[in-house]
Amino acid sequence: MSAFLLISVLALPALGALVVAATPGDRAARAVGTAVAALTLVPAVLLVTGDHGWFGYGPRPAVQPWHQLDLPWVPGLELRFHLGVDGISWPLVVLTALLTLLCCGYTLWRVPEGAGSGKALVALLLVVEVGILGTFLALDLVLFFLFFEVVLLPMYAIIAGWGGADRRRAARKFALYTLFGSVLLLVGVYVVVAAAGTADLVTLTGGSGLSRGTQLAAFTLLALAFAVKSPLWPLHSWLPDAHTQAPTVGSVILAGVLLKMGTYGLIRVAVGVAPEGARWAAPVLGVLAVAAIIVGSLVCLAQDELKRLIAYSSVGHMGFVLLGVATLTATGIQAALIGNVAHGVITGLLFFLAGAVKDRAHTGALAELSGLRETAPRLAGLLGFAAVASLGLPGLAGFWGEAFAVVAAVQRGGPLWTTLAVLAAVGGALTAAYFLRLLRRVTHGRPSPAVGRIGPGVAVAELTAWAPLVLLALAVGLVPTLVLGYASGPVNALLEVVR
Amino acid sequence: MTGLLGAALPAVPLLAGLLGLLLPPSPRGAATGEGTARRLAIGLGVAGAAGALLVAVLLALRVGAPVETSATWIDLGGLRVTLGVRLDGAAALVAVAVSAVALAVQVYSIGYLRRGPHDDVEVDHRYPPYAAQISLFTAAMLTVVVAGDLILLLVGWEVMGLCSYLLIAHDRRLPEAPAAAVKAFLVTRVGDVGFLLGIALLGVSAGSFRIADVLAHDHSTGTLTAACLLLLAGVAGKSAQFPLHTWLPDAMAGPTPISALIHAATMVAAGVYAVTRLFPLFAAAPVALTVLGVLAAITLLLGAFAATAQDDLKRVLAWSTVSQIGYMTGALAVGSPSAALFHLLTHAAFKALLFLAAGAVIHAVGTTLMSRMGGLRTAMPVTFWCTLIGLGALAGVPPLSGFFSKEGVLAAAEAAALDGAGPTPSWVGWLVWLAGLLGVAVTAWYATRLLLRTFFGATRIPLAEPHDPPAVLRWPVLLLAVPAALLGLAGFAGTFAERLRPAAPATREQPSDLLPPEGLVHFTPAVLLPLALLAVGVGLAWAGWRRDPAADPARFLGPLRPVFARAFRLDDVQHTLVVRPVTALATATRAGDERIVDGAVEGSGRGAYRLGGGLAALHRAALPRAATAVLAGALLIGLAAVLIGGWST
Repeated sequence: MSAFLLISVLALPALGALVVAATPGDRAARAVGTAVAALTLVPAVLLVTGDHGWFGYGPRPAVQPWHQLDLPWVPGLELRFHLGVDGISWPLVVLTALLTLLCCGYTLWRVPEGAGSGKALVALLLVVEVGILGTFLALDLVLFFLFFEVVLLPMYAIIAGWGGADRRRAARKFALYTLFGSVLLLVGVYVVVAAAGTADLVTLTGGSGLSRGTQLAAFTLLALAFAVKSPLWPLHSWLPDAHTQAPTVGSVILAGVLLKMGTYGLIRVAVGVAPEGARWAAPVLGVLAVAAIIVGSLVCLAQDELKRLIAYSSVGHMGFVLLGVATLTATGIQAALIGNVAHGVITGLLFFLAGAVKDRAHTGALAELSGLRETAPRLAGLLGFAAVASLGLPGLAGFWGEAFAVVAAVQRGGPLWTTLAVLAAVGGALTAAYFLRLLRRVTHGRPSPAVGRIGPGVAVAELTAWAPLVLLALAVGLVPTLVLGYASGPVNALLEVVR
Repeated sequence: MTGLLGAALPAVPLLAGLLGLLLPPSPRGAATGEGTARRLAIGLGVAGAAGALLVAVLLALRVGAPVETSATWIDLGGLRVTLGVRLDGAAALVAVAVSAVALAVQVYSIGYLRRGPHDDVEVDHRYPPYAAQISLFTAAMLTVVVAGDLILLLVGWEVMGLCSYLLIAHDRRLPEAPAAAVKAFLVTRVGDVGFLLGIALLGVSAGSFRIADVLAHDHSTGTLTAACLLLLAGVAGKSAQFPLHTWLPDAMAGPTPISALIHAATMVAAGVYAVTRLFPLFAAAPVALTVLGVLAAITLLLGAFAATAQDDLKRVLAWSTVSQIGYMTGALAVGSPSAALFHLLTHAAFKALLFLAAGAVIHAVGTTLMSRMGGLRTAMPVTFWCTLIGLGALAGVPPLSGFFSKEGVLAAAEAAALDGAGPTPSWVGWLVWLAGLLGVAVTAWYATRLLLRTFFGATRIPLAEPHDPPAVLRWPVLLLAVPAALLGLAGFAGTFAERLRPAAPATREQPSDLLPPEGLVHFTPAVLLPLALLAVGVGLAWAGWRRDPAADPARFLGPLRPVFARAFRLDDVQHTLVVRPVTALATATRAGDERIVDGAVEGSGRGAYRLGGGLAALHRAALPRAATAVLAGALLIGLAAVLIGGWST
């Protein structure tokens, strides 16, 4: 059962991509792709079943997967096809499957203008899904790296094929910049594997047998690699271009789950494998995270393009997530986990809505958008909801991650972390400032010519794609245990070996 | 059972609000279904508020000893966040006030939002979200009132900020409304930076965010002082205390019933209420209370003086709110939360009354400027008498409610000043007391001015035919006049006083012995002092008006008039010190991020490209140079091979 679930989560979208590519007829192929994405969600959710406790004797291992699959893969190099899922990765797995489904469904209704057919886009989305899911499931370091890289080229193709006017440059920048990160990741992985003699993450977690020097080197390399992906200021500058130029579904996947590979990797791989390095680098990481919060919000405050603003807001939000990780406390890491998921849901929704506004008004310049609530009250209301959720209103999903990253920094105590907590909280106020500025520009006032043409209607397909995200933003806000219900065990186990 | 009622209190309006949000917002021009949607929205809104009122009254009758329920909401790395209510007499009474005002506002809005005050166009096309947002606002405030956990309190606290933002921006014909809405949300949110940090400090120190745990935990003095000071930032934002008061007068851009809601029962009351809720902590942190006392005295006088020079009817009332909240925070600073709560309750009644009556005036004459009113007494008798009661209560005319509650505040301040009875040094008591006494005279002056300019003298609007409002507007005003007039007498009742006392009089150095055991009202000869000042204020305003009934008594302020009218230009100060630097910093950061951080990336890309181009150009050499290079390369390799080979052997 375990093996079947894990395999089907990866095999369904992989085979689905092939089937989609082989299906004649564009619309039929997109429908097949959506069906496959829906099917993938089933085993992804079902992964929650399984053995959640540790019933054996002896010391508790730091990673206790609910389901495991461990097959020899390249025996000569001692590489294993080792998959597993636990409370840290499961919410992200479900989020990935859900967002891919929503994107495929959205593509059923509207294919962005571009070089290729809708069929190719759906197939690429499914390939990206395989890569991201594999990254979250891999328990072998080399396998992790491979899945991490699988995502890169299809995502490049999505941006370059279906993106905006400046898509080629943005796609090239995305691919080259993140490839630079991947090189560091590769070196980091092999530093660890060569020193420890194994690539098994379950064995490696806790830094068993690695010397302090190796750990510092490994953490630096891995953290830099993940910092590019997350992205952490000042390694973020690929993100605004890529997010702005990507088609709506591309932006949703990018912001919703692709960035999470970075933060997930930081928690699972970098902190897990090189805990001593993590302790050593935590203050630097914390300072950079808070710099990301402040710089990200300030740039948003002076931003004049809708999608670019939302893209930059991701820099700030991921700053809160990274601050949570940097505190290396149970509170902080749990805040990072829920912040990760909340950002995926809310920013995914924001990109869907920004795409809807841009498609209708044919412009994303804030100066040319105003009075949306006059012509399209429903769209304006949803945009308002998403913005408010994103600014961390208590009771909605974004709140927990941001507030408790601050709480965790307060908990760490001492002058440095207290200052960081204060600055992060100030960043929260700045976040409110730029989202309110956005809403004031876009929704209030008299309709601009571009907005005046917009009809009040919202397509059923759009509502279907947005409704789950709206409900999730509300549900995760009201019942945070949805995400964190199973996280405390793995997080505490991880921190036990970090300390 | 009581706990269940407590949970139902915010749940009822929340449900009504969420259902209301699902109704079609019916945009301009959509004729079909508008009637049904509006009727449904009215039904939901009124039912939600009425249900909450019913539950609140039941609670107020039942609650004796504090009741507490809690369940774990989420455990974040050992910090427990709970979901539960904490009910005591004060919570129940405040809940009654909140839901009563909310009900009045819901009913009043039915009539008020049928027609705009400025034109004849139907403007109710967004009634469903409006009514739903009022329900959410009520639910959020009731959450703050009953919350048994600091995080739950924060949820209500911030949702309230959001609802105020949405409702202030409701009127789409006012160009200043969106800016005012953003200001309201943003200024309170800036205060909430402190509030969140304060909660974090307390929660981390106690290991739980449950209010009972936080109160019971023995915090270190440093933590306690820091946390209380930080909490005060949030309180100042919500309750419009100096220096975060600037949003409140601008919030007048919202529809008048919303002003009543914000000023009377929700939002501004939340800050004061939150302090009473955590008062044992503040009592143990005299530094924080001293700061609060200074801010209270400044706010009290600032608001009162600013109110003297306004021409806009609603802005006079807005500044009076700022000033009256200053009395409440002053009472807190001198260690008398019960006096603060008493004034909060009476203020809720008379300020709601005043705003709704002002709405009737604005509705009738189509302007908010007092310079264009006058002589409305005969045309609008009901509104006149209700306003008279409200203004009398505001100024503290016996036996109206405000007289008793303000007397309670002044008595507490006097005790702190003369006997050193408060938790703070006695100079804080002196400060609050003197500011409060001066405030009485100024309040009497501007209240009289408002009454005379609006209802007396000759009319300055020849064309309009003002009349008393229709029944749906009249009844809420009339019913609110009852508590505005009589609520003060409740201060004599022992049971009432019992409920307003701090729920857990804690084991800290000074338990509830500050409070009069028999009732909240106790007269000393000192009561003559505010009465005399009241007479001075009224007399001065009246004398000034008598000299020329057509002219504004504010002319006697002389050169101070423009300063007061612009509230000491603190808006400009805020703009210069905060808004402009932040905007400039944002522009600079954006430029830096694009040119330097991204410039380095793009530059390294371009550099690599150029380097490649250069190397390629080198390789495209003509034959003689290429042959030379090949030979030189061969020579070098050979040399290296010989050298390395030579060493190794």
